[in-house]
Amino acid sequence: MQPALIEADTKMNTEAGNTVTTQESTRDWVRRLHGIGPIAGLVLLCIGGTLLNGDFATVDNILNVLTRTAFIGIIAVGMSFVIISGGIDLSVGSMAALIAGAMILMMNAIAESVTSPVLVVLLGIGFALLLGALFGLAHGLLITKGRIEPFIVTLGTLGIFRAYLTYFANGGAITLDGTLSEIYSPVYYASILGVPIPIWVFLVVALLGGLILNRTRYGRYVQAIGSNEQVARYAAVDVDRIKILTYMLLGICVGIATVLYVPRLGSASPTTGLLWELEAIAAVIVGGTALKGGEGRIAGTVIGAILLSVIGNILNLTSIISVYLNAAVQGIVIIIVAFLQRSRR
Amino acid sequence: MKSVLRTLVASCAILGAAASFAADPVVMGVSIPAATHGWTGGVVYWANRTKGELEKKYPGMKVIVKTAGSAAEQANQVQDLQTVNKINTLVILPFESAPLTQPVAQVKNKGVFVTVVDRGLTDTNAQSAYVAGDNPGFGKVAGEYVVKTLGGKGDVVILRGIPTVIDNQRVDGFNEALKGSEVKVLDAKHGNWNRDDAFKVMQDFLTRFKHIDAVWASDDDMAVGVQKAIAQAKRTDIKLVLGGAGSKDYIKKVMDGDKIVSADVTYSPSMIADAMNLTAEARAAGKDMPATTIIPSVLITKDNAAKYYHKDSPF
Repeated sequence: MQPALIEADTKMNTEAGNTVTTQESTRDWVRRLHGIGPIAGLVLLCIGGTLLNGDFATVDNILNVLTRTAFIGIIAVGMSFVIISGGIDLSVGSMAALIAGAMILMMNAIAESVTSPVLVVLLGIGFALLLGALFGLAHGLLITKGRIEPFIVTLGTLGIFRAYLTYFANGGAITLDGTLSEIYSPVYYASILGVPIPIWVFLVVALLGGLILNRTRYGRYVQAIGSNEQVARYAAVDVDRIKILTYMLLGICVGIATVLYVPRLGSASPTTGLLWELEAIAAVIVGGTALKGGEGRIAGTVIGAILLSVIGNILNLTSIISVYLNAAVQGIVIIIVAFLQRSRR
Repeated sequence: MKSVLRTLVASCAILGAAASFAADPVVMGVSIPAATHGWTGGVVYWANRTKGELEKKYPGMKVIVKTAGSAAEQANQVQDLQTVNKINTLVILPFESAPLTQPVAQVKNKGVFVTVVDRGLTDTNAQSAYVAGDNPGFGKVAGEYVVKTLGGKGDVVILRGIPTVIDNQRVDGFNEALKGSEVKVLDAKHGNWNRDDAFKVMQDFLTRFKHIDAVWASDDDMAVGVQKAIAQAKRTDIKLVLGGAGSKDYIKKVMDGDKIVSADVTYSPSMIADAMNLTAEARAAGKDMPATTIIPSVLITKDNAAKYYHKDSPF
């Protein structure tokens, strides 16, 4: 480690309220700081938020923020797998929009023949998950069997998915029928034990994601492929199959996010899911996963996703910064957090 | 100039006939942004609808509608319309003002009649005529209605669109209309003419302000998100949510006597239809158009809502 960097770290530790006296404990602290960078960032941000506006720390506000994080957070969990395996998916925002639109159209269409609205909603949910898995499968096949760069494949589908949504919507919005909308809306708005359903789903997806990544053979293969694909091949890992599965897993996550998203506004429009891909990728990277693949943490991704929405929330709760500078504030916080958790090279 | 043009068109027609393809007297290119949100969706709908009407009304007239996803794409499209489709009339709703001024000016220099719609170019010499909605008026009409509904006193929050000149003009118009009343603007944030962003911003406004009398959502798409956020927070203090642009869903609410959505302000995507009609009429008669035509923003209330309700429009 270069002296300048140690100095910088020491300074930051002091700022975080920790007195570090000896060189040795500094190094110790620095090592641990890599993992907790996002948490440190989030804590600092929350302290700042509370100081700027007392309402920040209210239960209602925290639940609002966590609920709106759920979409990006769930997608980011899936995205973690793809990025750890050395891939990328730029299409998730458009995919979410198209799944939302297709799902609403499908539910509206069968509502006439299927009498039970609950069944219609359940079929819609199943359809969304299936569609997500199929889109993921298509990505995986094009990338592995078709041998096209993931960046290019998903850049292509980014355009295709949104164009088809716009086409189906005739440029306007696709809206869920009234009674269905009522039956479905609790999926976003209802709470269990005082905690909104999207937060529960986010929690379950994150726990499952962490379990799969760290406790299963599949998870280890994903990390191995991202770390060195050739070595993984020599070690008789079925690289293509594992990769296809990561894209399908992400597709299903997008499906789950969409299932939670649709009841919020009961509609999908060409602005649905705009720039979600960048938010999801940012959450993964801010959370400490290497963009080049090989290593990553689901917990970090979750913190990263929350951190990104907290910034937006604080900016809305205050008016000290010109609204034109919102994006700049977000950019600065992302860079600071990335700096806090930069890994040893 | 005009007679030269006509001879040119005529000779083109003769040449075209000689080359055994029919060239029409008026070939109108219509270049508009792609349908990426409700309002532009409406623009595309109205442009295509008017294309059919015009071609029926003026036999021999040809109308080509092109949509573009970005300013750069639209600039290329304008060139193609001129070189490939051989248009002699262009109706364009520019994606952005500055990047399209030069491409449009070049087309005009080649003798094409140019009507610019809604978003002005940075150099008015690049256009033959200008047709636009009334942005300061859009804000002013909304502001006046808010003052009237609140009885001259109350707290308002504003959701702004995407940071643009149009948005500034609207907000300035709104603030202007509040002057002299005791209506206070608590804060204004950008909802980017997007339902989801509006939902989040409104949630945070509701957390931050314990009492709000009215919301100027300034757009019907944003009003959707605003109303969902209010419903979720179960707030009953808000007496008015005023959108804008006249989407059919919100006009329907006004028509049906909704308690909170009691009015809407027009900024209709059908202005592209007005521009196409005015241009076609002037070109067919060989006359000039007024340099600037402003289509006023009108307050829609229960009394006149039926007039603005277009069931088939996607917006």
